[in-house]
Amino acid sequence: MSALEIAIRRKLYHRGDAEFEALSGLDFTVPAGQFACVLGPSGCGKTTLLAIVAGLDQAYDGSVRRAAGESRLGMVFQTPRLMPWLNVRENVRLALAPSPSAEGRAEELLREMQLGTLLDAYPRQLSGGQQRRVALARAFVNDPDLLLLDEPFQALDAPTAQHLRELLLALWARRRPTILFVTHDLREALSLGDRVLFLSAGPGRVALDLPLDLPRPRSPDGAAVEALRKRLLESYPDLLRGLAAVSATAESAA
Amino acid sequence: MTATQSLRVGDVWLRWLAAASLLAAWQAAAGLVATPRLLPGPAAVAAALVWLVADGQLPLDLGITLLRVAASFALALMVGAAIGIAMGRNRRVDAFFDLWLVLGLNMPALVIIYLCYLWGGLTEAAAVLAVALNKVPNTATILREGARSVDRELLQVAEVLHLPALRRLRQVYLPQLYPYLMAAARSGLSLIWKIVLVAEFVGRSNGVGFRLGLYFEFFDITNILAYSASFIAVMLAVESWGLRPLERRLLRWRG
Repeated sequence: MSALEIAIRRKLYHRGDAEFEALSGLDFTVPAGQFACVLGPSGCGKTTLLAIVAGLDQAYDGSVRRAAGESRLGMVFQTPRLMPWLNVRENVRLALAPSPSAEGRAEELLREMQLGTLLDAYPRQLSGGQQRRVALARAFVNDPDLLLLDEPFQALDAPTAQHLRELLLALWARRRPTILFVTHDLREALSLGDRVLFLSAGPGRVALDLPLDLPRPRSPDGAAVEALRKRLLESYPDLLRGLAAVSATAESAA
Repeated sequence: MTATQSLRVGDVWLRWLAAASLLAAWQAAAGLVATPRLLPGPAAVAAALVWLVADGQLPLDLGITLLRVAASFALALMVGAAIGIAMGRNRRVDAFFDLWLVLGLNMPALVIIYLCYLWGGLTEAAAVLAVALNKVPNTATILREGARSVDRELLQVAEVLHLPALRRLRQVYLPQLYPYLMAAARSGLSLIWKIVLVAEFVGRSNGVGFRLGLYFEFFDITNILAYSASFIAVMLAVESWGLRPLERRLLRWRG
């Protein structure tokens, strides 16, 4: 059974007087428990897609269906979006209905994620990586059926990003939520997903739906991922041109 | 940390120096004036103050005035915040109330006080309303700015988490307005206690403003200064033991 059925006919954006299509004919379904990566160049409507799935944006033509009975949603945005006036513990507890058990649950998860010493710290006292870990904890603490992540690890140094990816995979392996993970980093997508959906440049639609059967654990710099990446770049040069350029600049910057 | 702390110590020392120099200047000026009635020295004013407190008249007037300050302050803050937030959130409401705000901000305090007394009679309610009306436009302007600066991205987080309305208000929305509420409260307090005195002078038969008017007619500068000193002292106390600790608590996350 599908956890998520997406059929977006059209999503228009208005900027000033101009009107342009962000998404057009975007159709796919995600089975329960699958880790699906959505990959596309910047401006192809990835963030818009997540906003629609999350219910934040309802001005679109089409439908998004989630499996009946599944209601808990977790979301990690491009920036951590923590409440600056709440400490780490309170930020995570925000996702839970207030109760004595909620308190223990938030703390337990934070300790698991090596944030146990920072429970009373305010976001401004944390490093970028720590803030993202708290945002991840907030998305996970209510045991979501569906987890949406919007380039959650961009703008982090490589080891921190990799550490957080492993953390995400560990949490996913344990509780098996359905995941929609948006990224513009091909290596990241290949190292994380059960499947990669390649979106075309805007207006976004699925240009390639690629199931992945690489054995886990994988590393974004590992030989298997690298070999697959090379093969993809050769087979779909047009589709991946924008992405390849992005990873190339990322490498030279790093 | 050590730098700011040593700075603060320096500040306290400077404050004492400023107070001492003020008293010294006052004493010197009083010595230069030929008639002591025209400018009594600090000692004479202090003596008058002790006498007024012992007599019971000053505490009574002060208490009544403070009650009026509190009532107008609460009213002005609630109404002003509601209007300001509505204006900041909704363009139409903003367009509609904008002219009202301009009018209210520029209406002389004395005119509002006279009109309230003329329409409402020389009553307690008219006095409190008149004072509050003087502060509402200012509060609304500050809170409009606050509501406009609210971070939509954080509101989206609340939406994704399906926070109930009350938690959303308390933990996501209002904390963003605290700095603005505190600014409105600060400037509101200093504005309101000055206007309360005028309202009392014009249309009440007790309170600090009424008493000052009486002493003015008797040319009693000593008692005028004694009343002012006591009132300023009380307002400083409210600021430093009420507002400032509250602000520190609400904005502690800023560090």
